[in-house]
Amino acid sequence: MPDHTPVIKRTAPVERRVDAIQQALDERGLKATEAVEELRELAEEQWIPQNGARVVARAWVDPAFRERLLANGRAAVAELGLSMPKHHRHLVVLENRPTVQNVICCTQCSCTAFTIIGLPPDWYKDLEYRARVVRESRTVLKEMGLDLAPQVEIRVWDTTADTRYMVLPVQPPETIGWPEEKLAGIVTRDGMIGVAPL
Amino acid sequence: MDGMHDLGGRQGFGAIRYTPNARAFHEAWEVRVNSLYAFAVRLGIFNMDEYRHAIERMEPRHYLTASYYERSLTSLATLLVEKGILTREELERRAQGLFPLAAPSAPGRTNSPARERFQPGDRVRVRDDYVPGHVRMPGYIRGKTGVVVSESPDYPFPDARAHAVESQDEPTYDVRFRSDELWPHSADAALVHVGVFQSYLERVA
Repeated sequence: MPDHTPVIKRTAPVERRVDAIQQALDERGLKATEAVEELRELAEEQWIPQNGARVVARAWVDPAFRERLLANGRAAVAELGLSMPKHHRHLVVLENRPTVQNVICCTQCSCTAFTIIGLPPDWYKDLEYRARVVRESRTVLKEMGLDLAPQVEIRVWDTTADTRYMVLPVQPPETIGWPEEKLAGIVTRDGMIGVAPL
Repeated sequence: MDGMHDLGGRQGFGAIRYTPNARAFHEAWEVRVNSLYAFAVRLGIFNMDEYRHAIERMEPRHYLTASYYERSLTSLATLLVEKGILTREELERRAQGLFPLAAPSAPGRTNSPARERFQPGDRVRVRDDYVPGHVRMPGYIRGKTGVVVSESPDYPFPDARAHAVESQDEPTYDVRFRSDELWPHSADAALVHVGVFQSYLERVA
């Protein structure tokens, strides 16, 4: 008998794999741990749907802003102090109407205007939504709780380049006349993706 | 590449696991992965196109079973190894176990030599191209005809930039397709808008 037994290796748990990279970069003087803390703050506290909610509320109360937003989203959100990464060169704002429902997706991965509408949730990045929403849009929206009237046209926007999208929902009629801050409180990320009513 | 990631229009998938306003992160390691890959991009170790392509190069069995942030982690690790920053052996020693990486890359390509400028309203066809490397044309529009709605500013050409191939920046076109054109008699009625790079398009007379 040989005196060595074969070692059965298993895939390391994912958390240990992350540790391995972070430690290896730190030991090379790249200060990964410092960067992780800084970027964590951005991802969890600054890239949040409340940014997009402010944009939507402003568009509802200020028709001139709404026009600028629809013409050039990136420049208009900058008026509210919001920025986008360098590679998001263009923000297209999709205006819902009573007979038009826009919905955004990324069939190949997870692209979103994340600094404006927040980082995408699991379901947006899952296989099911990516595979189905472009082909079975009305069925998928209904399953998700958005049962559209037959006369509503659906427009699906697949984020396959570096243009980013956000949906401008229709303002609920009962909120006409509300102050801007209160309006921002009713706007959700899912509404800006286009899968949920407000 | 016609990879596992290219999911648009594939059939057989079940219900969307939707909960309203779900969180983006669930565990601390996910936030760390997200930060580490963004950090590597900031340092210039790799670019976003290389990052996307390394996810696409994961073997399908791994791709389908990995969570989103595990895919992100796999891309990050693969590129750090390919760029010579770390070795797989070091990663596996530190992690005390196997560290699966993505499969090697096929060659990239540069812009199409026959690029045309389009105007809103132009009818265009997506070229019947089969690309072994990175490409941002979803398979479901290949060979299909649509209408140009608008033009976006010039972007780096991903098929080249994911492979360190020289290329020019080029515009993308928002092209509107009818779902019935994409999947005849086999789709819910809708207009499907796709951001399509200029190199992928040809004019329909």
